[in-house]
Amino acid sequence: MGSEIMIDWAHAGPSVLAAFLASLVEFVEALTVVLAVGAIRGWRPALAGAGLALLTLAILVIALGPALARIPLATVQLVVGTLLLLFGLRWLRKAILRAAGIIPLHDETAAYAAETDLLAHSPRHFLAGWDTIAVAASFKIVMLEGIEVVFIVIAIGAVSGLLVPAGIGAGAALLVVIALGIALHRPLARIPENTLKFVVGVLLSAFGAFWVGEGVGLAWPGADWSILALIVAFLALALAMVALCRSRGIDLERLT
Amino acid sequence: MKWIFAAARELVSLFVDDGSLVVAVLAWVALAALAFPALPIDRDWLAVALFAGLALILTENVLRAARRKTRR
Repeated sequence: MGSEIMIDWAHAGPSVLAAFLASLVEFVEALTVVLAVGAIRGWRPALAGAGLALLTLAILVIALGPALARIPLATVQLVVGTLLLLFGLRWLRKAILRAAGIIPLHDETAAYAAETDLLAHSPRHFLAGWDTIAVAASFKIVMLEGIEVVFIVIAIGAVSGLLVPAGIGAGAALLVVIALGIALHRPLARIPENTLKFVVGVLLSAFGAFWVGEGVGLAWPGADWSILALIVAFLALALAMVALCRSRGIDLERLT
Repeated sequence: MKWIFAAARELVSLFVDDGSLVVAVLAWVALAALAFPALPIDRDWLAVALFAGLALILTENVLRAARRKTRR
């Protein structure tokens, strides 16, 4: 009984954390564009586009989540694990390069300025009283960032039977971003986005490696607890890479 | 039709940033799936080898990207 609870927490803790942090990053990026649409073209099309996208995403989750249960577990582990690896290592690679100063950090304030400028100079086309370009801009960004959230939630939740905790993590992130957006009415530029991406990259890479290993029939030492060891190992590797790149004198000033 | 290609491109870009990283990871996973089960080595060590390969791929890719960027 005790060991079952321990095994559940070995999965559930990192799953909820990964879903929350990854979703937080994605929703912050979506909020920047939705705020820009709202400020320049009005809140009605901004909220309608975002709402429509969230509805479409909810339908996707309801349709795709249970469908995964019908595929053999080893196949799901291998395919989802590989996709998680590609997704996680991509984030981790970029976060390492950003942390080492090799590529510039993502700037939400600059992204907001670029989006407001684009929207201010875009023509207005109305269909049944709706500003179609504004609705489409809001819909597109929430769909794009939301699909990433859906993938993460399904990938880390469905394989381990923790779809609900992972969904709760993503839902909590959505509520946090909505609350901050309503309270501040400006992009969340002070959220340490690269640090979050760094942590999420580590978590997703660890989950991906674990599921690939399980999918091909390997035996991880320590069974499910090896997820935590993989997280520590990927984190140590990533921090060492940042230090190595910095120590070699590779910085942004030298590039410009 | 254009929006379908745009959506597909966006979907692919979720997983693909640097093509060589994707190719290396897929090749290593394929090798693990096809060759590892046939090797006469303890399965615990093969799991450790799977991680070691991924660590090596990430390290090589980051160092190569850093060198490439600093040369520009």
